Amino acid sequence: MNDLAISVRDLGKQYRIGGRRERHETFLSALAAAMSSPLRRLGRIGKPVPDEQNFWALRDVSFEVNRGEVLGIIGRNGAGKSTLLKLLSRITAPTEGRMEIHGRLGSLLEVGTGFHPELTGRENIFLNGTILGMKRREVSRKFDEIVDFSGIEQFLDTPVKRYSSGMYVRLAFAVAAHLEPEILVVDEVLAVGDVEFQKKCLGKMSEVAEGGRTILFVSHNMAAVQSLCHRAILLDHGSIEKEGDTASVLQHYLVGSSLTSHKVWSPEQRPGNGSFRVNSVRLLDLTGSEVSSINISDDLIVEIGYEVIKQGPVGFSLIMFDADARVLFSSLSNTEKFYYGKPLPPGQYKSTCRLPGDLLNSGRYYFSIVGFSAHWSEMFTVDRAVAVEAVDDGILRGDYYGGFGGSIRPRLAWQTAALDSVDVLMQRKAGENSSS
Amino acid sequence: MVEERNARSVATIVIEPSRGLTDFNLREIWDYRDLLLFLAWRDINIRYKQTILGTAWALVQPVLTMILFTIFFGRMAAVPSEGAPYVLFAFAALLPWQYFATTLGSASNSLVNNANLLSKVYFPRLLIPLTSLFPPAVDFGIALFMLLGLMVYYRWAPTVHLVWLPVFMVLAMVSSLGAGLWFAAMNVKYRDVRHIVSVLVQFGLFLSPVAYPSRMVPVPWQYLYAVNPMVGVIEGFRWALLGTGVAPLRLIAISSASAVVLLISGLYYFRYTEKTFADIV
Repeated sequence: MNDLAISVRDLGKQYRIGGRRERHETFLSALAAAMSSPLRRLGRIGKPVPDEQNFWALRDVSFEVNRGEVLGIIGRNGAGKSTLLKLLSRITAPTEGRMEIHGRLGSLLEVGTGFHPELTGRENIFLNGTILGMKRREVSRKFDEIVDFSGIEQFLDTPVKRYSSGMYVRLAFAVAAHLEPEILVVDEVLAVGDVEFQKKCLGKMSEVAEGGRTILFVSHNMAAVQSLCHRAILLDHGSIEKEGDTASVLQHYLVGSSLTSHKVWSPEQRPGNGSFRVNSVRLLDLTGSEVSSINISDDLIVEIGYEVIKQGPVGFSLIMFDADARVLFSSLSNTEKFYYGKPLPPGQYKSTCRLPGDLLNSGRYYFSIVGFSAHWSEMFTVDRAVAVEAVDDGILRGDYYGGFGGSIRPRLAWQTAALDSVDVLMQRKAGENSSS
Repeated sequence: MVEERNARSVATIVIEPSRGLTDFNLREIWDYRDLLLFLAWRDINIRYKQTILGTAWALVQPVLTMILFTIFFGRMAAVPSEGAPYVLFAFAALLPWQYFATTLGSASNSLVNNANLLSKVYFPRLLIPLTSLFPPAVDFGIALFMLLGLMVYYRWAPTVHLVWLPVFMVLAMVSSLGAGLWFAAMNVKYRDVRHIVSVLVQFGLFLSPVAYPSRMVPVPWQYLYAVNPMVGVIEGFRWALLGTGVAPLRLIAISSASAVVLLISGLYYFRYTEKTFADIV
């Protein structure tokens, strides 16, 4: 008996990007191009499309998953995780390679796929259930269980457009959690709901896993990956960077070999000017240890080590870029009180700049350093000296499970005031006091 | 290419880059019949939600068109109506035409409108345009009752030809699905299709014998005219419902052949392009 659940060989998926010239988004432009250049088109038949227009989201990926195994798939955004799941779920077709799937495969790339806002909770359970691949009879059989799990029985006959986002997600996950395929493919759906509900979902997932079902699990929640998965695959730039037991793959990922969290120059190659030279740039956490990834709620320290060769003042500017090379901010060291602007005698120094937590969004950030002497003279730049991966720890999410737009995700103060004379909160508090 | 086979009771699916054309895999569609029904039920259910007139909207368009046609073509232009009252003559044709136009429009936009499903779940993609056949059928049923009421009013008894009505209904479905498959698949890539379809439907109303009988088209041209599958459908409807004249067998044969070609080619084109739907929709 074959014990493999999934076997993937040399899988590749190519997308066309850019090359606007050759993409016809409107019928007319395609028609015009077809008519104006039939010869050019004919001449191109059989010739491969130039490579720069194509992009391999995934290439040469081979792996196997045994029956009953829980495999975690991790990697940065754009590493190819979602593409892999889409290929396995048959949402999109591979460009090359071969996959064999032994058993009924259900995929959960999103909770609440196909939920219709106008329909009631009851109706959406049936609709969503069948969309996820269940038969109507199967949904009927599990209906009570699903309603129980979601905890929204009193709103069953309310259109879901009147649900709060929390209720919506609960109901959606409840349906998904009762999907019983032999192989389950799950993408990032645990970043939903409140903490309590997340725990419940994790519990349900491990229950499913212990039931001997094969699970492929993609998540940015490293704790969840660690506790659920036997084995993990680290994807990077569309290929498998590391495969093995979960702990070692996670460690490899977090150490992030391809990110430079510290840079040290040899004495001859040190960047600098006539007065001072930079020895090193490092990223540290509050305890002073080097980090290549931080939680977005944690502080980050950029440390510049340098040697003053000729006595004189030393100043720095720190410039931060996001992954799309946009400048997020520049910060000048002239806010430093004791040394800035004063002539420093020759010797070794270090300057640090502390970035507060709750500022960055999840993603990769780069730091450039500009050094200068008195009066912004003799400037030099160390471009993209170091980089850090900011990881979403969920603290700023609250009850929200979607994406956060923008390059930063600062924690800002929100306040609500009741403008009528009746203060709802105060009233409720008063009610509680009188009843107790 | 996707093939399924049963090996030791475990279904094995092999997925490889597809080469050439695949079969239509109609058995898979049968396996997914519950989803088809729920999608259809969803579309029927939400069709007239939050409207004041509700299902009465199903009658507004055909009735208004019938009134216009009766005034301008029936009275002012005195278009012949094969001996039947012009009201019945026009309404019997508007029933299938309305069905065709609505189904074609909704099928053409179906993939684009369900983009989130396409990019998040697997199911046979054909289900999406297939779903479009159902909601307009409800409107059709309501309008059919209205027609029967009109026939009672005009004391126009149906004949035994009525038993052929389902055949022409199927032909209307085949025509609208065939064209709908082409447009739905093209619409994924070229959003111009939405506009092309609405123009086509407007022209089609006059390129089909809705306001006039097809015998007003000169004979040698009639056969070309009947390549429009709705010609056969509409003439068939009139003949089956009102029992006027003899069955226009030649027109119906040409139209049927054209509808079948449209459906099969549409299925092929759909199957051929469906593997890239999720990537470009």
